[in-house]
Amino acid sequence: MSLGPAEWAAVWLSLQVALVAMICAMPLAVWVAHVLARKTFWGKQVLNALVHLPLVLPPVVTGYLLLVLFGTQGPLGGLFQSIFGITFAFRWTGAALAAGIMAFPLMVRAIRLSFEAVDTGLEDAASTLGASRWRVFRTVTLPLVWPGLLAAAVLGFAKALGEFGATITFVAAIPGQTQTIPSAIYGLLQVPGGEGGVVALVIIAIALSLGALLVSEWLAHKARRDD
Amino acid sequence: MIEVAIKQQLGAFTLDAAFEAPAGVTALFGRSGSGKTSIINAIAGLARPDEGRIVLNGRTLFDQRTFIAPHKRRVGYVFQDARLFPHLRVQENLRYGGRHDEAQLVEMLGLGPLLDRHPNALSGGEKQRVAIGRALMSNPDILALDEPLAALDAPRKAEILPYLEALRDNAGIPMIYVSHAIAEVARLATTLVVLRNGCVQQAGPVQDVLANPASVALLGRADAGAVLQARVVAFDEADALTVVETAAGTVLLQGQHGVAGDSLRLRIPAQDVILSANAPTGISALNALPVTITDITPGDGPALAVGLQAGSDRLLAQISQRSARAMNLSPGKSVYAIFKVTAVTPDLGVRG
Repeated sequence: MSLGPAEWAAVWLSLQVALVAMICAMPLAVWVAHVLARKTFWGKQVLNALVHLPLVLPPVVTGYLLLVLFGTQGPLGGLFQSIFGITFAFRWTGAALAAGIMAFPLMVRAIRLSFEAVDTGLEDAASTLGASRWRVFRTVTLPLVWPGLLAAAVLGFAKALGEFGATITFVAAIPGQTQTIPSAIYGLLQVPGGEGGVVALVIIAIALSLGALLVSEWLAHKARRDD
Repeated sequence: MIEVAIKQQLGAFTLDAAFEAPAGVTALFGRSGSGKTSIINAIAGLARPDEGRIVLNGRTLFDQRTFIAPHKRRVGYVFQDARLFPHLRVQENLRYGGRHDEAQLVEMLGLGPLLDRHPNALSGGEKQRVAIGRALMSNPDILALDEPLAALDAPRKAEILPYLEALRDNAGIPMIYVSHAIAEVARLATTLVVLRNGCVQQAGPVQDVLANPASVALLGRADAGAVLQARVVAFDEADALTVVETAAGTVLLQGQHGVAGDSLRLRIPAQDVILSANAPTGISALNALPVTITDITPGDGPALAVGLQAGSDRLLAQISQRSARAMNLSPGKSVYAIFKVTAVTPDLGVRG
């Protein structure tokens, strides 16, 4: 039950990919969740369906679509390459993109629920006290949805950590480049004598997920006590 | 001064209200569903009427072309359910909209001991005091209060009312006070707007509206009654009666109310006033004021509402049609208005 350098690389890469995916998805998820919870507009159901698509599509299909759109020859891949200098195909950034997109619907759902639980009367009260819409959002709405954001962050992180199908389809499993814990486990299971590494990686995966859960519980508890 | 003239279709309900609220407290009075809250929501900018205009101190808040956002209106709003921010302490709640007159308001509303608490640790009455302070500290041009006492029990109401009276008398800020409790209205208001089914039925100085016989049918048997301004003369300790002087004559009240020189508002329910053709003798009721009948109109149900001139004050009585016929009552006739000391609800008003 020992880990070679390739397996350790997979652990660190997974953490990096999951964190970056969750952090980048968060602002967009907050915005989309707020729009879905509060606004009425034509095409709302289309947006809702689009957001939930990665949840219902086979992950391999999502991975294939990412390959088509964000590959070096893909329209969006070329765009990102020329504007930001970011390449997704077969890079860890691609793994983070895939993980972020797979985690996105779960995060939006959690955040949307907490937006819907906020009493809009409090926001009205803040606006009569002279607060602009942005200030109301920042000082009243966000603090009240804070536990929901935490839950979404943990959920998104855990989902990103465990993403397999879309990631391996989009960026394959290049050790040290795009091989995350799930794809490393899968890879070890394909070779004889890999069981020891599998058990170690499984234990690490369980520990990381539990750790994330405990940290979020602790933060939520702290937030409640500060109130 | 605020001028309101708005129309709004809310489902099957039509709001079509126009009135002016001068300085002082303007009460919007009516049953639930009469459109009171819709009106102050429109004033605060939380709802958008279909048409009309709202002008506050010469500044147009709303018309066909204008819709000022709520946060730019300078309309302080005290909600029925206080709506304190649960994640902020009392002091942070108070300062959310500004720190205008902070020390003075904290003192006047008795908020000092509450500043470090969280809203969930406050009683209903304390929450409303904080909400009033918070609205005023944002330095609004007008204060709108939506049934701020409705969710409170009687002792909590009694706790808040003096603060509201102090605001009326000291703060100098105009207030729109939504209520369906006539006792609060009679005690606080200077102007009364009576609403029914989204329309203004009567509007004017509170004494005039409440003394108008037509308001008996409008307000109902239990709520109709004139309000008199009185000044305390003395307290008779032996009989526990307060002697007050009104423009209509001397009136006795049960119990002690204020000290000599204090101003009181007396509300005398129309249904508690008896009319007598002669000066009463051998009757337990202690108050008998000589009055002249001004008008007789249909009251609430089959009863008649009788408007009475009492000196420079006006009273209201509600009597049966048979009594009116038997006594041969008609406008111009002089009679006595009789009521028990216990019928009068006195409220301490402005001192001075």
